[in-house]
Parts: sequence; C-alpha cells; structure tokens
Amino acid sequence: MLKILKYSFFDLIRSRWSYVYLAFYLLLGFVLLFLNNDLSKAVITLMNVIIILVPLIGTIFGVMYYYSSKEFTELLLAQPIKRSSIFIGQYLGVALSLVMSLVIGLGLPFILYGLFESAAIWDFSLLLVTGAMLTLIFTALAFNIALYNENKIKGFSYAILLWLFLAVIYDGLFLLSLILFEEYPLDKFTLIATVFNPIDLSRILILLKLDISALLGYTGAIFNQFFGTSLGLISALGMLTLWVILPVWNIKSKAQKKDF
Amino acid sequence: MIKIENLHKKYGKNKILTGVDLEIPEKGIFAILGPNGSGKTTMIKSILGMVVPEKGKVFINGKETHPNGLYRKNLDYLPQIANFPGNLGVKELIKMIKDLRGTKANEDELIELFGLQGYLDKKLNNLSGGTKQKVNLVLAFMFDSPIIILDEPTSGLDPVAMLNLKRLIAKEKAKGKTILVTSHIMSFVEEISDEIVFLLEGKIYFKGSIQELREKTGEIDLEHAIAHILTENNA
Repeated sequence: MLKILKYSFFDLIRSRWSYVYLAFYLLLGFVLLFLNNDLSKAVITLMNVIIILVPLIGTIFGVMYYYSSKEFTELLLAQPIKRSSIFIGQYLGVALSLVMSLVIGLGLPFILYGLFESAAIWDFSLLLVTGAMLTLIFTALAFNIALYNENKIKGFSYAILLWLFLAVIYDGLFLLSLILFEEYPLDKFTLIATVFNPIDLSRILILLKLDISALLGYTGAIFNQFFGTSLGLISALGMLTLWVILPVWNIKSKAQKKDF
Repeated sequence: MIKIENLHKKYGKNKILTGVDLEIPEKGIFAILGPNGSGKTTMIKSILGMVVPEKGKVFINGKETHPNGLYRKNLDYLPQIANFPGNLGVKELIKMIKDLRGTKANEDELIELFGLQGYLDKKLNNLSGGTKQKVNLVLAFMFDSPIIILDEPTSGLDPVAMLNLKRLIAKEKAKGKTILVTSHIMSFVEEISDEIVFLLEGKIYFKGSIQELREKTGEIDLEHAIAHILTENNA
C-alpha cells in the first residue's frame, strides 16, 4: 500500500493543480493577515473559508483523481497487489497531498507573521487539524461516489451535489425545520442533525475552541450546553474521526466486490 | 495449471458466462476463441481476479485463487486495451511496475526486440497505438512467470513486430510455460496454438486440437471451421 501511496502522492505533487491550490492558500494567508493585522481575527475569517472551500476541493480532487487514474488502476489490478491496498493507497495519496498544500500554504504566512510567539497557536493548529479532517472526509466520500458510478459526468454531478447539500442546503433545511417546529423541544434533534453534517461539526469544533459564544449560534450553544467545552471538543473530534473511518471502510468493501 | 469450475458471471441481466468448466494443463499454448461478446475477456479476467464471479472456482496450480490477488505473482497478463497513465514516460512506467512487483525482469532484451529504445523517455500519451501495444507486450513478458495470459496480443502490430511476437511466444513455450491467447486472427491462432477452446453463449462449446476441430466440422481451414460452428448454431 505504501508504494501505491508513494506513486499517487508524487504523481499529484507533480501536477499543476497542487501548486495552484498551494498558491491560493499562500495568497489567502498573506492577504488575511495583511487585512486583519491580528492573528486571532485572521483565524476566524480563515475558518469560514476553510469550512466551505476544503470540502469542495477534496470532493473535486477526489473524483477527478479517481477517474483520471483509471488506467493506472487497471494496470495495478493485474499485479499481485491487494485491491484494498490499491484504493486506500490512492485515496491517501490524494488526501495527504491536499493536506500538505493546506498546511504549508496556510502555515507559512502565519509562521512568518509570528505564530509561535502568539497565543493563537492552538486555535490555528486546531483549524489546520479540522481542515485536514475535512479533506480526509470529503476525499473519501468522493472516492465512494466514483466507485459507484462508472459514468464520469454522473460521478462529478453527484460529488458537487453532495458538497452543495452539506455546505449550503443542509443548513437551510435545518433552519427551516427549527422554525417550523419551534414549539417542540429541539435539543436532541439539533444535536443529531449536527452530527450528520461534518461541515457543521467542524464549525462547532473550532468555535468551541475559540470560545466565542456570540458566533456559536443555536446549534453550537446546544452542543456547548450538552457537552461542555472540553467534552464538546472531544466528542466533535470523535464524530469527525468516525466520518473519516466509515467512508474509508466502505471504499475498501466496495472495491473488493467491483468488476474491472 | 489452470482449472475453472462451474463459472457464472452476469452483468446486470446480461448473462456472460453460464457454467464454464475448463482444465488447462501445464505447458503449451491454448487459444481461447469465440464470437464477440462470448465472454473471452470475462473468463480471462475471472482467472486474474479482476472480475468477481457469481459462482464458481478458479484454481491455479492446484490452489484455489484467493481474493487478495497475491497469486497473480505467477501470472503475466497482457490487457486487451493498452491503457496507461498518460503523464508517465515509458521508462518510468516499466520501473514502476518492476518496483511494485518486486521481482527481477528482463525488460532490456524486450525493449530491443520491439525497437523501443527511442521511445523510452517519451510520454505514453504521445505514443501511437501500435507502439503502446509494444510497451504493453514488454510489460507482460518481462517477468518470468509460469503462466502468461494474452488478450488480443496482435492488435495494432506491424508485420515485423508480429513476427517478433510469434518468436517470443515460441521461446516462452519452449521454457515450458502455459500460455493463454485470445485472438480474432485465425492464421495467427493456427500457427501458434496447440489447443483450442471455443466459447459460445457462455459455455465451452469445444476443446481440443485444431485437427479435431477440422474433423468435427468437416472444413479444411480454421476460419471456415469456426464460421461453420457459428452458422450452425444460429440456424
């Protein structure tokens, strides 16, 4: 598996898109710091960008890589290599190269700005961890979609729809249902609904750490009230980990049954 | 030795293989023939474990194949369509497959045989169909495995490469290997193969030597014998 990971990883970091992604984060980091002049404020702005953008990039890169490396995959399938090694190796290759772009692209400007002497270092680290988690989750979801859809166009559409749903539509529906059922106790519903959306989970995770109750919103407040700050952090992180494990596990089992 | 027991495979409602039983002994060249869509490639891919059959077993050298696919170290496979990662160079690709497989390979000899020296640094995207097929052949033959499976090895080859391929196959046969070939070029099949397996409607219709097939159908050459079977079954 490590060999496949290595080849996928190097194949990707040689591609132009990885550099575009990296350059984008570098630019974003510098511009934010220049405009905000304050590390903590920059972290909050960054959170809003990361939470929407990282899933989008993860999904698109995931499906794109799967479809474009189809030939490579077919070649590998005839070799004495386990199927799970092939697909998990490729998945990790994509996800880790994206994580690397994220960490370097945002880390560099913040370090240059004096991150290590600042109190914001833990907030920033958590932001990067969340970004990494979101990359792992959405790349895995994208691989799942691609494995189930031979048709590229269909696969792409489902991937974009998934992102759109979780990043935008989900919150709208959620809000709508809160308004519609405001006479009922909604704590449990809110809690469960949050757990089913990794983007919401990530937002709450970061806001809990930043301890800005004004930004927490209804869901965050309930989360905070239910779990408390530290337990809330841990359980949110645990849920995110589960969001990584389940799709990856499904990649493995689906790959085992598929015909090539 | 390859043994297939009661192999069934369908794609959706489309039944491709409906109970294939086949035993291929050691040593020799076996041609798998059949009309388009008769399940030749599906059968080969089931042997390789690339297709997961609904029912049935495949044994390689007396051992049932394991889904982890590690038994493939005893198999060399030439896919029908030469699909390669396009942004790799020929040399890089060969190096990568060698590395992944972790065994010795004699690629230099094959590169020379097919005259690929000038293409080693070219990207695979920029190669012609025939040249890609030559690269494909190098990848399939460079490992010294006891079983070789060739799916349409002749496609896109020029006459010189074709001669070289026949020589290469004969050489591998002399080493005592088992070679499975599918092809639609009957003269090629007639020239190289020891035995024929004829697939029709998802089953083995005939297995035996070319001589036996001729006697069975009463035709003189292989092409007509095959045509005879097909028209007889359609009528």
